[in-house]
Amino acid sequence: MSEVVLELKDVVKRFADNEVLSGISLQLHRHEVVCLIGASGSGKSTLLRCANMLESIDAGSITLFGQALEDRRIDPNLVRRQIALVFQSFNLFPHLSVLDNIVLGPVYAMKRKRAEVREEALALLERIGLRDRADEFPDRLSGGQQQRVAIVRSLAMRPTLLLLDEVTSALDPTLVGEVLDLLRDLASSGTTMLIATHEMNFAKDVSHQVAYLDKGVLVEKGTPEQIFTSPQHEATRLFLERVR
Amino acid sequence: MSLDTDASSSNTPNLFGSRRSRLFVGRRGLAASSISTVLLVGAIVLILFVAPGGAVFRYYFFNFHDMRIAWDGHSSQGISALSRSLFTNVWMFLVSEVLVLFFGLTIAWVRISHTPVLFPVRTLVTVYTDVFRGVPLLIVVYLVGDGVPALKLGFISNQSPAIYGVVALTLTYSAYVSEVLRAGINSVPHGQLLAARSLGLTPTSTMRRVVLPQAVRTVIPPLLNDFVSLQKDTALVSVLGVIEIANAGQISASTLFNGSGLVAAALFFLALTIPMTRLTDHLIERDRSRRLAGS
Repeated sequence: MSEVVLELKDVVKRFADNEVLSGISLQLHRHEVVCLIGASGSGKSTLLRCANMLESIDAGSITLFGQALEDRRIDPNLVRRQIALVFQSFNLFPHLSVLDNIVLGPVYAMKRKRAEVREEALALLERIGLRDRADEFPDRLSGGQQQRVAIVRSLAMRPTLLLLDEVTSALDPTLVGEVLDLLRDLASSGTTMLIATHEMNFAKDVSHQVAYLDKGVLVEKGTPEQIFTSPQHEATRLFLERVR
Repeated sequence: MSLDTDASSSNTPNLFGSRRSRLFVGRRGLAASSISTVLLVGAIVLILFVAPGGAVFRYYFFNFHDMRIAWDGHSSQGISALSRSLFTNVWMFLVSEVLVLFFGLTIAWVRISHTPVLFPVRTLVTVYTDVFRGVPLLIVVYLVGDGVPALKLGFISNQSPAIYGVVALTLTYSAYVSEVLRAGINSVPHGQLLAARSLGLTPTSTMRRVVLPQAVRTVIPPLLNDFVSLQKDTALVSVLGVIEIANAGQISASTLFNGSGLVAAALFFLALTIPMTRLTDHLIERDRSRRLAGS
């Protein structure tokens, strides 16, 4: 197996008295796609936010390329340039055009030249078939188009790892397909991704590993075949029955 | 109780409410509202003509001959020209507005920060906004304009009264504007902040590129309100002896025994504020339609 990109060891996260993550351990290798499944509130989103350093952890460790994120000398902004996070609610910047949304990160966080980034951004938009909408504002796009722009906005940072937080949950069912197709496309071109999702069929096709979370505990992980055809735990089996 | 809707029963619900008057509908409605508007304005103007003292009122406030004298000034009678004193108001509010934006933003920024390090500064600016929003500007003008020179601090105490006026305006309005900006910053959805931070933008870039542009758009109307108010309040600096336009109007009124100079001064305040509000409304509308209708 190739190099380990992200490693979580016994990660614990509490919000006041509420333990949201209770000792999660997980490894993500380069070019690997791991899907996190589980009911709402099982801790999937919190896990992604901890990895992105938007939340601090209470115990355990998260390492990115062998460097522990708990180290005070770690610059969260540099971590976030390696790990991009895409949100359920897109969070595109409404005051900027589609193109400027994409260009913002590379220009102001990476201090790259606007002209050069612009070309790349246009190429990315071409890839998702939205090049002709580059100068429009996000409000004018459909939810599916907005989410695809949000994904591309993250890709423009050339991250090593992409975290996706239920990116299709806020979408009209007819628009889910176009977003999943983009993710499949990214997976087949070798993008390393950690995906929290409720789309079981998608998780089955695209992932190398699936991890089932229940109330902050990583109950079971394995290949899609293991998880979806012969789950070892009763909880996993019950969950899969309910979502089917 | 049954959970069925009423649709299954045979009663047709009545959709005709008790509305009787259809006066304000369609072309007839337009006619009705035009007529009532004209009548109202007409009635107000009419009062100036039929009131027992109407003629005196009109002569005292709307005498174009005396307006002209106030506008041009009359050196032998000691009347300073409104046309020149106007510039005093203009530079005072332009300078104050720039300073107010700067300090207002700084204060808002400190107040929304959560860093424990800034706790003492946060307390200080909170007390500051409470105090300066509560004390009448007129008193602040007196305290600064008479107080600072009394300190005999050399350069600082030897400025012109207009400068102290600008300082007083800035002190008071920075407190107002910081609250407006703070509300605007808090109105930007948290997801915007998360998105910006997750792209690796520093807190400063996040503020500058993502939060502020959105915050300012939402608070432009209240911000404009404060600026219009600031423009008018430059008149209060006259208590320090500054010959700004309202003071010049007042001087012409007491010299000529005619208040038309004051009305002329009022017209100039309008001439300054109305174009500004119209322009801002136009800009807001253009921005809104650009965002919603595509380019």
